[in-house]
Amino acid sequence: MHGYEFYVDPSRCIGCQACVNACAECDTHRGVPMIHVDYVDRSSSIATVPTVCMHCDDPTCAQVCPADAIKKGADGIVHTSLKPRCVACSNCVLACPFGVPRMFVAAEQMMKCDMCYDRTSAGLRPMCATVCPSQALAYVAPETIARERREVPTNVFWFGNERVTTKVFYMVPPGTAEVRVDVVDFMWEEA
Amino acid sequence: MSREQEREPLWREEVSIFAADESYVGRRQFAKFLVLTSLGMFAGNLWLLAKSLLRRPAPRLPAVPVARLDELPVGGVKAFSYPGPNDPCLLVRYAPDRWAAYSQKCTHLSCAVYYAAESRRLACPCHHGFFAVEDGRVLQGPPPRPLPRIALERRGDRLVAVGVDLQGGEEARA
Repeated sequence: MHGYEFYVDPSRCIGCQACVNACAECDTHRGVPMIHVDYVDRSSSIATVPTVCMHCDDPTCAQVCPADAIKKGADGIVHTSLKPRCVACSNCVLACPFGVPRMFVAAEQMMKCDMCYDRTSAGLRPMCATVCPSQALAYVAPETIARERREVPTNVFWFGNERVTTKVFYMVPPGTAEVRVDVVDFMWEEA
Repeated sequence: MSREQEREPLWREEVSIFAADESYVGRRQFAKFLVLTSLGMFAGNLWLLAKSLLRRPAPRLPAVPVARLDELPVGGVKAFSYPGPNDPCLLVRYAPDRWAAYSQKCTHLSCAVYYAAESRRLACPCHHGFFAVEDGRVLQGPPPRPLPRIALERRGDRLVAVGVDLQGGEEARA
């Protein structure tokens, strides 16, 4: 879409929450951020990770939706749930491997990041990428990212034996082709 | 979109999560549906018409003696079966020289009707349906049609059932 791609580089994130506040200013979901910034292990690290929707090629959230409320457009954007269809069952919230969808109980609707569809479909950058001071969230052309970054982009993720490919890219160390996540490795346990 | 083009179940094809794969009914398809459905209904009506025109006349029902003329007092009722053993009917003598016979099945939900002599009506106790004893027409309540009337003939000193009039109808004189 307009020759730009979305790149997420958690190693650049400084946890300033500018993206969260910029997202919340959007008129399409005013006051409610669709992006979240998480502390990885707050007691021992200052590392933070921003999470936007990765816009999977085969979106699990839409696959598990019993009401056909989540649609993927021809441009690869997985849209937020359709209000007349969403039954607030939270299947998508539980199914998403990246933990993106959020259930808004008061509205009885799931809402998620749609890469600022009102902006990106018109050639503008998403709100979070425009305000990110360290460009941990970058919406640029592929040539730009290849020229300016040491890390390389990937959009292949393994969750156990489940292979997930996405529209949004993650920046990984050079020589890494894909991201492997075994969820059990990251589960909290008593030391 | 790097999605494998494998064979998917029908519901998945019809309700795709990919907006581009959604297929709505086209104008041509809808017009075809309308034309074919109308043709089908037209043909069905022709068939019904032909069937009703070619219908053979119903076989004459047997003549079955029901009662002697002096068997019932005025206001008296006799139950009998006509034309088959599972078609319960009532013969009513509602005036000194007037008899009438009706199917006992209420036309609403087939409860058994009885003759309420004090009000000279046939009454169905299930939902308070009432029929006139003179011609079986509905006087009150939910029944949609008059009671089927049993045609009676007077042969000598006997009343003989000779037919069934499903529409209800004229007063049965005997």
